[in-house]
Amino acid sequence: MLQLVTAVVKPHVLDAVREALQGIGVQGVTVTEVKGFGRQGGHSETYRGAEYQIHFVPKVKLEVVAETADAEKVADAIARAAGTGKIGDGKIWIVDVGALMRIRTGERGNDAL
Amino acid sequence: MRRNTGTTETTHRTLTVAPMTTRKRIGTAGALAAALVLSGAAPAFAQEAEATAADVQTNLDNVFVLLSAVLVIFMQAGFALVEAGLTRAKSVANIMMKNLMDFAGGALAFFAVGYAIAFGDGNDFFGSKGWFLGDGAFQYGTLTVPVTFVFQVAFAATAATIVSGAMAERTKFKSYFVYSVFISGLIYPVVVHWQWGGGWLSQMSTPFIDFAGSTLVHMTGGVAALMGAIILGARIGKYGADGKPRAIPGHNIPFAILGTFILLVGWYGFNPGSELAADGAIGGIALTTTLAGVAGAVMAMLTIWLKTGKPDVAMTANGMLAGLVGVTAGCFAVSPIGALAIGAICGVLVVLAVFFFDRVRVDDPVGAISVHGVCGAFGTLAVGLFATDGGLFYGGGTDQLVSQAIGVGAVGAFVAVTAGILFLALKFTIGLRVSREEELEGLDIPEHGAPGYAEDVLAGAGEAGNGSLRSSTLTPA
Repeated sequence: MLQLVTAVVKPHVLDAVREALQGIGVQGVTVTEVKGFGRQGGHSETYRGAEYQIHFVPKVKLEVVAETADAEKVADAIARAAGTGKIGDGKIWIVDVGALMRIRTGERGNDAL
Repeated sequence: MRRNTGTTETTHRTLTVAPMTTRKRIGTAGALAAALVLSGAAPAFAQEAEATAADVQTNLDNVFVLLSAVLVIFMQAGFALVEAGLTRAKSVANIMMKNLMDFAGGALAFFAVGYAIAFGDGNDFFGSKGWFLGDGAFQYGTLTVPVTFVFQVAFAATAATIVSGAMAERTKFKSYFVYSVFISGLIYPVVVHWQWGGGWLSQMSTPFIDFAGSTLVHMTGGVAALMGAIILGARIGKYGADGKPRAIPGHNIPFAILGTFILLVGWYGFNPGSELAADGAIGGIALTTTLAGVAGAVMAMLTIWLKTGKPDVAMTANGMLAGLVGVTAGCFAVSPIGALAIGAICGVLVVLAVFFFDRVRVDDPVGAISVHGVCGAFGTLAVGLFATDGGLFYGGGTDQLVSQAIGVGAVGAFVAVTAGILFLALKFTIGLRVSREEELEGLDIPEHGAPGYAEDVLAGAGEAGNGSLRSSTLTPA
């Protein structure tokens, strides 16, 4: 069985998260630049003396497919590397993956990890 | 910039007698230059031509002013970058195009009629000799007609390009192009004739002083920008439902700052070049120019910092330009300390002006009205205060200040009326503003067909994938 670990984190922690994932043997990760809001509800910036709201804060989304037995470990590694203790650290969620294929070889399931 | 009419207070400085050794060297260099010039026509006589120190000075003047013209033309790049940087990415190709056409269209108009109206012989209000640089085309002192023209066309284009920033992100390109031709071909040349063309401002009992164009170039552009921004109205979204101004951040601060530096460098052509001669005065003018620019930047930074708690980058850049605009009228007439004071006041003034225009719902995305209009006017008046010869603060009384006020008032009123008529005429004929949909989408694609920052297309050269498993289906493992 496979699971998809998705994490939305602060952009500046990306390198620390990558190191943590490679440290526990993760073979691959997909990274997307995303925007969104959470409880923080965006933040304000000033330009030429006028304040304006940034409603959607820039974040980085990471996606890692792992064996179900390893998924929690992956999530923990991300959480340790991405946590600053401040508002806006992000979230991690895990869902089941129905199928997986490596395009180059056609391998399926766990072999395709 | 002055014309040899005898009414201006500074005269062309000729080369003073140099020590013997220096004169010899000049004589040799001059003979060489003369030999090169004459060799094509009459090689046999080249050796006999006796070049004088005055000949060398003439060549030096022409070289210096032509290089200054190149620096001023480079300011077009500065304007383009400042305006692009302080506006949104969705209209960046449009603002670059307007800057490009300010120079191209403006230079054509200035060549055809503008130069004749500005500098040709005529009456006290406009000239009428030298259309298309033909018979009667003006030349200043020792400068050739081409050098005089290329220098002046750079200034005309500067006045024109100030306006595009204030009208950014919402003006129809077609209408803007028409405006651009009119300001370079008609509006700007008329006010220039009043002063640099030997017209009525230069003939007052205490002549108006505007050495390099705080009023004639910058305020002209600034007032036209004000009329344009008023008649256009604000960008969609600039004012909230509560009527409060909202910030619309520019998309590229590095562009804006690089543009500011380019403008600063260009100003060393704008102000010292306006001496129109390679003489001993150019260094002092470069010094006052420098001091006013840096004082403006520092004071604008401190002002916005105190007001809002942050040293805003774009506003600080406006401050440097404000100081430069301010000292342009008096850069040869004030002391270094006077230049510092003018620049510092402009730095404060520009921030207050930006806030003022924001509050009264004049949407000027780049601050052009505040920088060029307000500080151009103030800088011109400041000559009446800070001129070491004739300024109020130096015991010169109020005569100069009054003349400065007359010049600022007359030019301001003339430009406001003519630019106002022009923009209203455009509004009620071909239309001044793009449609709501086009403005929201950004002007690049509706007006010019493609975005300023295009997505990569045909990244894989259009070839289909060659994987061996293209037809397999993905089923659960």
